[in-house]
Amino acid sequence: MITTTPDFTATPRIDQVGVEERASRFTKRSIKDETKLNGLKLALNMIDLTTLEGKDTDGKVKQMCYKAMHLHDAYPGLPTVAAICVYPSMVAVAKKALGDSGIKVASVATAFPSGQSTRDVKLRDTKYAINQGADEIDMVISRGKFHQGEYNFVFDEIASIKEACGDARLKVILETGELGTYDKVRKASDIAMYAGADFIKTSTGKIQPAATMPVTLVMLEAIRDFYYKTGKKIAMKPAGGISKAKQALHYLVMLNEVLGEDWMNNEWFRFGASSLANDILMQLMKQKTGLYQSGDYFAND
Amino acid sequence: MAATKKNTLKLKFDSSRNLAPALESKSVAKIAERYDLFINGKFEKPSSKKYFDTINPANEEKLSSIADANSTDVNKAVVAARTAYEKTWKKTAPKERAKYIYRIARLIQEHARELAVIETLDGGKPIRESRDFDVPTAANHFFYYAGWADKLEYAFPNRNPQPLGVAGQIIPWNFPLLMAAWKIAPALATGNTVVLKPAETTSLTALKLAEIIQEADLPPGVVNIITGAGATGAALVNHPDINKIAFTGSTEVGKIIQKAIAGTNKKATLELGGKAANIIFDDAPLDQAVEGIINGIFFNQGHVCCAGSRLFVQESVYKIVLQKLKDRMETLIVGDPLDKNTDIGAINSKQQLEVINKYLKLGQQEGAEIFQTNCGIPKKGFYCRPTIFTNVAQSNRIVQEEIFGPVLAIQTFRTEDEVIEKANNTPFGLSAGVWTDKGSKIFNMTSKLKAGVIWANTYNKFDPVSPFGGFKESGFGREGGLHGLGAYLKV
Repeated sequence: MITTTPDFTATPRIDQVGVEERASRFTKRSIKDETKLNGLKLALNMIDLTTLEGKDTDGKVKQMCYKAMHLHDAYPGLPTVAAICVYPSMVAVAKKALGDSGIKVASVATAFPSGQSTRDVKLRDTKYAINQGADEIDMVISRGKFHQGEYNFVFDEIASIKEACGDARLKVILETGELGTYDKVRKASDIAMYAGADFIKTSTGKIQPAATMPVTLVMLEAIRDFYYKTGKKIAMKPAGGISKAKQALHYLVMLNEVLGEDWMNNEWFRFGASSLANDILMQLMKQKTGLYQSGDYFAND
Repeated sequence: MAATKKNTLKLKFDSSRNLAPALESKSVAKIAERYDLFINGKFEKPSSKKYFDTINPANEEKLSSIADANSTDVNKAVVAARTAYEKTWKKTAPKERAKYIYRIARLIQEHARELAVIETLDGGKPIRESRDFDVPTAANHFFYYAGWADKLEYAFPNRNPQPLGVAGQIIPWNFPLLMAAWKIAPALATGNTVVLKPAETTSLTALKLAEIIQEADLPPGVVNIITGAGATGAALVNHPDINKIAFTGSTEVGKIIQKAIAGTNKKATLELGGKAANIIFDDAPLDQAVEGIINGIFFNQGHVCCAGSRLFVQESVYKIVLQKLKDRMETLIVGDPLDKNTDIGAINSKQQLEVINKYLKLGQQEGAEIFQTNCGIPKKGFYCRPTIFTNVAQSNRIVQEEIFGPVLAIQTFRTEDEVIEKANNTPFGLSAGVWTDKGSKIFNMTSKLKAGVIWANTYNKFDPVSPFGGFKESGFGREGGLHGLGAYLKV
């Protein structure tokens, strides 16, 4: 248990130029051969395969779940994705479809994506998803309250959702595209971690910009500081905008050089993405066969 | 509970050093077996008939033989430069001079990959730096000064600026091509002719630049490049027909040069050593400041005259900064400079490695606490692990003397006044860094620190537009920007 709450009006400062420079430096690493192969497989294994649309149906979710378990059977020995991510109403369908595959079911909750509702509704939304069998809850913070400076409100809300989650792991979405500055991203990260988040997550995917490398770097550094202070590890999930294998490798380079080996697995890092998996599969097949295959060879579920 | 664990946790980074090799191809680099002296637009054999080897410091293998110019050769080069000045260059319209300089800039860009690979092979710096910093910045200097050539009247209104004549230029081994660009570009833009001598361990890119100058069809004799060691440099400095000496190198040699030209009409600019203070206040963006520390001292293996080699951290954030710094250092990759993932390459020469090792020993004898990362380093070649010393004071020699290697001395401070006093308490004054979130503090610091270049919330940033040079024993005169023109003109 974390017993003290820091003063969130005085969170560490972030220099925009410095963060962006550092983030671009990770992209200069040249990842080749077996490092590339291992990185691609690891990235696959870190994906939260996601569908969050008004038009989602049981059929769509079942097909995606099959894909989650059988990414590309033409390539034996591939890992599965880490989890699938759906709306609460789809949790039961997904849970059943995934069976004992070990793939987790994550559900968004708390009036996703805007979070513009009452505490009561958010708690019921969360409990519903949990009762349906969700292993993980992806909540959104109240950005309006955050911008008003009501940090205690945001903190208490996260804490109460965490309580409602029980054993389920809680991902707290900051929606960094609505926060405006890196300073605020840092502040929101600190609030979320101290309030009990298991993961901090960049975005809903509904707002642009979604995940970027500098934003993710600021959050990873917040996780590092939290770890230095408390010894407690927090997981990270960039979501939205990561659709290419090369980008995923850059994120892994960054993760490896900011938080180190202990975070290099899907317990501590996830990619929230829908189209990333196929690009990684294409690169893996290229590594194996030496040739790029057409997109038509990879299933679009 | 939380408090007891503070500052004891360490992150694990071993795997970041196990990336598969990503070597830049050497095939693009055409290095001749032997290089002669570039005098009057042609490569000429040295009258000394002597050549010396230049080696790759990363594996100690010979790359090429370089001509050793004696005083007869130096004289030939100066005569060529004088003739070109009187007969051609002085009379060339400024607009035409600009075209030649611009052409050199474009050719550097065209040959960028080759130049980067040769710079790395000959000097030991990581290919990432020669590719992303040295070569593009060298081209930028030529572009920038090409623009000034026909606008000198506007740079110095009503002063009728006139060239000095023949400039003797001596450059160091840490940024061989870039320093050649810093010297040659403003000299040509202002209508001077040049005799340039690169450092003996890193002559290759200057000689490649000579080939580019040939290709650019610059009139013969306007730029002459002669190679050799200290004796060649001395002959150049002492030649009676030189109007200006521009030197970048050690304070020791700078003093010798100043003595040698005392009583002559030779003008001089000297850009010498440094022992810069990099100052971190408790309200600084700490993670970016740590990056600034890394960049300040480990850029180019610490072979940087403006390296942030003295770190001052405000006591209230000392522990956390040190913890972050050590973890960050663990991710630095030391190794083959040609590998695109290498952060710290080879020390430039055996001699320099010995100097650094001497200071590593000295620091420990002085009672300082040494920390080095446990990264592996190649068996052959000259390498030094990134090093920090804590528990040091102003009276330690590792704090007072320029080490010119990846070695950082860390001190703490309490107040602004204290750190200003400590930062200025050095015979050097080339550069400094200030890290704080507070604008007013930056302005207070910059007005009181005695250093030619001060960076705020960043470090080791260079631009052709920005003048560069030192206070005190770090030298005099400015290079770069408008100020850099003045150093080559009678105004």
